[in-house]
Amino acid sequence: MARTIETAKGSNKAVGSRLAGNIVIFLFLLILGLFMLFPIYLTLIMSVKPVHELFIFPPKLYVIDPTLDNFRDMFETLSEMWVPFSRYVFNSVFVTVCVTVAQCVFASMAAFVLAKCKVPGGTVLNKVIVTSLLYQSNVIYIMQYIVMARLHMINTYWALILPSVASPMCLFLMRQSMSTVPDAMIEAAKVDGASMFTICWKIVMPNQKPALMTMIIFAFQAAWNIQGGTLVYNEALKTLPTVITQAGSAGLARLGVASAGAVFMLVPPIVIFMIAQKNVIETMAHSGIKD
Amino acid sequence: MDPTEIGKRSKAEERRMLWLRIKQSKECYLMMAPFMLIFLVFTIVPVVMSLPMGFTDFDMVQIPRFVGLSNYTTLFLNDTIFVQSIRVTLVFAIFTGPLSYVLCFLLAWLINELHPRLKTIFTLIFYAPSMANVYIAWQLIFSGDTYGYLNSLLMNLGLITSPIQWLTDGRYLLGAVIVVQLWISLGAGFLALRAGFQNIDRSMYEAGAIEGIKNRWQELIYITIPSMGPQLMFAAVMQIVGSFTAGTVAQTLVGFPSTDYKAHTIMTHAYDYGWVRYEMGYASAICMILFVVMLLCNKLISKVLGKFMD
Repeated sequence: MARTIETAKGSNKAVGSRLAGNIVIFLFLLILGLFMLFPIYLTLIMSVKPVHELFIFPPKLYVIDPTLDNFRDMFETLSEMWVPFSRYVFNSVFVTVCVTVAQCVFASMAAFVLAKCKVPGGTVLNKVIVTSLLYQSNVIYIMQYIVMARLHMINTYWALILPSVASPMCLFLMRQSMSTVPDAMIEAAKVDGASMFTICWKIVMPNQKPALMTMIIFAFQAAWNIQGGTLVYNEALKTLPTVITQAGSAGLARLGVASAGAVFMLVPPIVIFMIAQKNVIETMAHSGIKD
Repeated sequence: MDPTEIGKRSKAEERRMLWLRIKQSKECYLMMAPFMLIFLVFTIVPVVMSLPMGFTDFDMVQIPRFVGLSNYTTLFLNDTIFVQSIRVTLVFAIFTGPLSYVLCFLLAWLINELHPRLKTIFTLIFYAPSMANVYIAWQLIFSGDTYGYLNSLLMNLGLITSPIQWLTDGRYLLGAVIVVQLWISLGAGFLALRAGFQNIDRSMYEAGAIEGIKNRWQELIYITIPSMGPQLMFAAVMQIVGSFTAGTVAQTLVGFPSTDYKAHTIMTHAYDYGWVRYEMGYASAICMILFVVMLLCNKLISKVLGKFMD
């Protein structure tokens, strides 16, 4: 009896120290989080700062007289370019939607085969995908350019869309998530005479919502920020990030406009991430690389 | 017939079986085809192509001319800027790679100890920078005049008397770039680790408590880390990619080329020869070196982690 009380006391003490620990962790994260948020906060206040407040010394951390002039200026500068502003918006949205949809469809099917059908050559492909996780992004940009020049894709929508469609990371995440689907489920469907294509879309995919959301987020982020500076030179094909950089790159006086552009570009990915965060964490749980 | 041969299939039979299996999985191959085709053209071909391309002189206009090893010998023997860029890349990778990895891990762990609602908020806060292209804010913070936030803060505190040129002074600019790179480095790797912590079976901690595990540190070392091997590996790959291929940050922040090439990484060097001078053969050789370095780094880490886990 005495012993039980003692352990109860002990665990009470442990709970107490855990709570204290949690408070310390919270404060630590709060301070670090404020540091992380500071540049974003700075961009936000710069975007609503009137020009005459830019040169107050010492620099202020708040705005005295907030204004939306910078956003208006941004839209005005952009609509005074060669093509109407709506064209850039269309380009960005079009490219983003194409990349995201194509990637989700193609990568899901490929992931399904790699995860669940033991086809000859599948193991090799799996290894290639894992290794190529290293070689995405800008390292292969130059070589991609040469390939696209050969295929006459430069200065077309293809140059903006295709390189981002086959992301090994998205395929990998989807494959990891799908490999948790029990084999018995697929075997049963096979016995019923369903084709692999039907099994993939009618049976496996409906249960892969978290992985799909994750893929959408990563694809969206990548596609939304496609610069395409060297890939397209026709003004009518340029995307938002390119022209917003152009609009804001004219010295200190354009600082407000540049900030407004940055805020404008930042909002969609953050909103999408907020909506889908829970799904992302669920998917990333399967992200591990096993040998 | 040799009795040991009974029941074994001959080579020809085996080949026929394989062919049969390939034919049976025609539908599967068809399903993979769209992705694999695009993947082949835009990832595999570029990576593989940079090997032969590195032995040529190619300017995008004329046909590539074979020049043997001369690109590589020039790189290592005559190109002093390249040799310096290796040093810069290594310094950069050593600071940003391991540091951001530890940061990802630490933050993911600490966040996981909190209340679910706080978890969501903090994950968003720490992940947000990797979605943001807000270099303007950093230019303001590191601005070289007294309007710069950092200069103004340090001067108010009396630590410096005249403003420091953070982004143009050769002594500070690499430091500034490293800070910004660390700031944006909590990306996919961070999310993977966050998920790894989230998914550990709670009952394992209860079992651990019975076995005599007393505090968070012991939980971390004896239960959490051993069951997170795969996530740790994924995050490591992501951090390698991030720290070796970062080029945009430096270029936007300290300009191109940076003062005395102090922030000139291998990536920037490849950009210089590829996009500015159109010497694609030379740029391919530079990329090839970067590929090999990254692959070696990846192998090393998987060895180290492999030892750690089992």
